[in-house]
Amino acid sequence: MLWQKELPGADLVIRGARVLDRTEGIDATLEVRIDGGVIAQIGAQVDANEHRVVDAKGLVLAPAFVDPHVHLRTPGREDEETIASGTAAAAAGGFCAILAMPNTDPVVDSAATLGSLVETARSEAAIPTGFLAAITRGQRGEELTEMGELAESGAVAFSDDGVPVASAGLMRRALQYASITDRPLALHCEEPTLSRGGHIHEGRVAAELGFAGYPSVAESVAVERDLALAGYERGRIHVLHLSAAESVEALARARDAGIAASGEATPHHLVLTDDAVRSLDPNVKMNPPLRAERDRVALLDAVRDGTIEAIATDHAPHAAHEKDVPFEAAPFGVTGLETAFASLYSHLVKPGLLPLETLLERMSAGPARIFGLDRPRVATGARANLVLLELDREWTVGEQPFRSRSGNSWLLGSRLQGAVRLTLAGGAVVHE
Amino acid sequence: MIRLVTDDLRPPAGPPKRHLLSVADLTRDDVERLLGTARTFAASLDRQVKKLPTLQGHLVVNLFYESSTRTSSSFELAAKRLSADTLSVKSVGSSVDKGESLKDTALTLGAYDPDVIVIRHPQIGAPQLVAAATDAHVVNAGDGKHQHPTQALLDLFTLREELGKLEGLHVAIVGDVLHSRVARSLMQAFALVGIRTTLVGPPALLPRELPAETTTDIEAIRDADVVYVLRMQNERMAPGENFVPSLREYSARWGITPERLRTGQKVMHPGPMNRGVEIDPRVADSPDSLITNEVRSGLVVRMAVLYDVLTGGPVGVQALAAAEVA
Repeated sequence: MLWQKELPGADLVIRGARVLDRTEGIDATLEVRIDGGVIAQIGAQVDANEHRVVDAKGLVLAPAFVDPHVHLRTPGREDEETIASGTAAAAAGGFCAILAMPNTDPVVDSAATLGSLVETARSEAAIPTGFLAAITRGQRGEELTEMGELAESGAVAFSDDGVPVASAGLMRRALQYASITDRPLALHCEEPTLSRGGHIHEGRVAAELGFAGYPSVAESVAVERDLALAGYERGRIHVLHLSAAESVEALARARDAGIAASGEATPHHLVLTDDAVRSLDPNVKMNPPLRAERDRVALLDAVRDGTIEAIATDHAPHAAHEKDVPFEAAPFGVTGLETAFASLYSHLVKPGLLPLETLLERMSAGPARIFGLDRPRVATGARANLVLLELDREWTVGEQPFRSRSGNSWLLGSRLQGAVRLTLAGGAVVHE
Repeated sequence: MIRLVTDDLRPPAGPPKRHLLSVADLTRDDVERLLGTARTFAASLDRQVKKLPTLQGHLVVNLFYESSTRTSSSFELAAKRLSADTLSVKSVGSSVDKGESLKDTALTLGAYDPDVIVIRHPQIGAPQLVAAATDAHVVNAGDGKHQHPTQALLDLFTLREELGKLEGLHVAIVGDVLHSRVARSLMQAFALVGIRTTLVGPPALLPRELPAETTTDIEAIRDADVVYVLRMQNERMAPGENFVPSLREYSARWGITPERLRTGQKVMHPGPMNRGVEIDPRVADSPDSLITNEVRSGLVVRMAVLYDVLTGGPVGVQALAAAEVA
């Protein structure tokens, strides 16, 4: 279900790192030897076997990251991102797998379009890349796609991300039909008649600045609806980019009731509030919008306690000239692949709001579990999907050019701590 | 709160540029200085020759992306009264019609080295973008539903001239607060000078989380010294919007009629008025209406603003006053 260009398997020994893989029960200073892209030996001392030795003293070696929510803009807007540039950005961010959303031009709603993406990924993707296919044809919310054939062609899941499935009746049919594919529906929950025309969270900042509001309840009523439908149809859903406290509460209740639902949160929703919009910077404009502090706290609590199992960047590249306009004229979306770990390490782990192990789990094993991907892990016999992190290093976002074709980062000019020194993905060194 | 550090990436700053983008950027001292300057100019307009040489050789560009009578004409006249050269660009009939972006238009006009760009634009933050893209001093003449700072200043000027004070006054702002940049600017300006504000209007047209007294009950205007009536925009009546059921019902419940006012209660309106909708013609034309005073204040306040962004500071005002005496 994931595709990557052919790369030589790494022969490498990593020495002196603190190896951290909570799911495997490892937290110790260990040496790791990789033979031909496969973890061959883990121990207090391993033979170098004439491999290149990486001195990793003071660094953390962990399972590399999985991003279940990326916009690669291909096909259609290759000026903003390509499979090559997007996966290079992901490699630099420490990711060993990403999933691309189907809201491209044309929409990924047929086996033919999906097939051409798979072809391109096989020749261009720096790291293993998977694709979601649309729930409805053209994402128009009217007719279901041929999910059976799409699943056989490699679609990891189904999503109309970018637009909600407005009709409850159609959502029910989608849940019914998707059950034959054993793939989850990844849902962009938004009630369009409530969010209509809104640019930022409906709260004090919108009231003061005069922006049309996109209220929390526009998300939470859609989350409640889809959870109820998933419960009724015994379907599996994944709620994309959760932003509102009420949505998180609904998800927690549904999970307690045994509904097969999961959720994700983005770094920007976990770090910023709508207060950031006072800058009028189009690089803090995204859908769903940044919300109030109580929403941010609810998201953070849910990431901590596992109600939210995955962190996803919702990496959404936009051309510079399209963002260099007044806030209301700018498109929704910000980039995030190259800053995800550092932003969360700096703003959540360092201040003591989130344990490092939890962050690493939610960025790797969590999303892999939801989408049925092999979990990146530190274990002998496993393919090397590893990231080497330098937690102390400080850097300034934007000082070095982005690997992404777009620079619409919400962190532009920001000073962050925590850097990716080395990424192994699919057994190959993809970033160093 | 998390602050994103951006300052360390900016190139070394030149001399600070003075803009008027938002009332939120003003201090009480700034307001006093501007109102004082406006007063000086008001006196100069009583003379037979009304033109002052103050801004001779300066270029003021008026860039209007929205239709306007009062604001555009008073900015143009203000610049001319101060002997500045003026250049007016309207979105209709310019390259904006051909799809030129705001930034490119700003860069184009910036190439003429204007001293001031006055901009009105339907989108929030357009003046900030022009300020970042050019070296001109930028004056916000209205950006979307965000700000209209010179309107707030001219209203403060009018209130002080007509009521003799600002601090301690109580103003009721009535109507479509949600979509009103005038209301937002006024609330901040009123807070700055110690005026109490009450917002009155239909439920869907009052923002939920504004830090102000709000009520849907029109009776609340009784306690106010001044009733400030907002324009009820026809586009709010578009099918499917349902902010209020009809103009007729709006007018019946929130329209300002002589019966709803106390004797001596002053009435203001930023214009343009919908007579018979938000304001009864008898109120608009009554002796207690300050509406034409507001228009007159607009000229001198905008002269003061142009003068202030270019010269700045009370010293300049004193020098000007001295020149007048001599």
